[in-house]
Amino acid sequence: MPDRRSSNPAAASAAAPLGAGRPAASGPRLSAQTAGVVEHPALAHQFDDLEQQREASTLGMWVFLVTEVLFFGGMFAAYSLYRGWYPDAFAAASHELVVWAGAVNTTVLITSSLTMALAVHAAQTGERRQLLLFLLATIALGLVFLGIKAFEYRTEYVEHHVPGLGFEFEPMYFRHAQLFFSLYFLMTGLHALHMVIGIGIMAVMAWWSWRGIITREYYSPIEISGLYWHFVDIVWIFLFPLLYLIGRHLH
Amino acid sequence: MAEHIVPRRTYYLVYLALLLCTYLTWQVSVFDLGPMNTVTALAIAVFKAAIVVLFFMHVKYATRLTWLVVFGSVFWLGILLALTFSDYLTRGWRTYG
Repeated sequence: MPDRRSSNPAAASAAAPLGAGRPAASGPRLSAQTAGVVEHPALAHQFDDLEQQREASTLGMWVFLVTEVLFFGGMFAAYSLYRGWYPDAFAAASHELVVWAGAVNTTVLITSSLTMALAVHAAQTGERRQLLLFLLATIALGLVFLGIKAFEYRTEYVEHHVPGLGFEFEPMYFRHAQLFFSLYFLMTGLHALHMVIGIGIMAVMAWWSWRGIITREYYSPIEISGLYWHFVDIVWIFLFPLLYLIGRHLH
Repeated sequence: MAEHIVPRRTYYLVYLALLLCTYLTWQVSVFDLGPMNTVTALAIAVFKAAIVVLFFMHVKYATRLTWLVVFGSVFWLGILLALTFSDYLTRGWRTYG
């Protein structure tokens, strides 16, 4: 698509005095416009330059992630509270989870974070082929994670560990083990939902990379999608020990 | 923030540290350390989260404003947990153990 702004040098020069008058603006930021250099097609008109635009995108994503921290934080608070009340039931219930699957999934997610970080690196250095490959690797690892998670859910269903009418557990912990499994399904379920959304985002990013929309100068979409992906990884970093490992010392 | 390209070497080192920490938390969990089990697990998790945030999420190289927002998320999470537990942990009719 042809660039709307670059064909209009008057707009660029008209913006320069405004920017130059800002006391807080740093010198180099203005140079592109004052010199009348052609702007990048991806630069939105409300930003001085690509760097400012990139900073705004990153900041916006982080503000969103703050809300996500608090969203998951509420569930971690509920978990901590009930575990504080019923530590033995929680340990016994945790012991029934497929611990090795949780450990493998932790490794899978950490690896996907590495491929994501490398994808951002490839985007920054303009290596389009590598960018695409790392994005696809991230998607693949995300799918592996969801596959293993599905296997776990199936195991828990078969073993009657889904809270509700079919729930079975040793009588002493029957009620409070259901609390644990309710929290387990809620927290891992919402995490898995975030993974599904993340995979969707990465698919769009791969498509954009393929189309050449992502360039060395304009890689913010990759960067902030990466922020989201790493955040989902961090949630799992806390979920794994708190859900899977609290009953391991029992037997 | 001037554009900062983190060298791949850093990413590989962080990845290695994350794997080692996962192995560590896995090994430690088989011992019965009482309340220290949770403390160790959380300490390792916080360390893992910190290196992901600093290096994978580039906060180490980010603007002060981004730092402030990241710190804010931890701060508000602290308020959420502190106020919740200042209620539940001070109710005389429950015993803990």
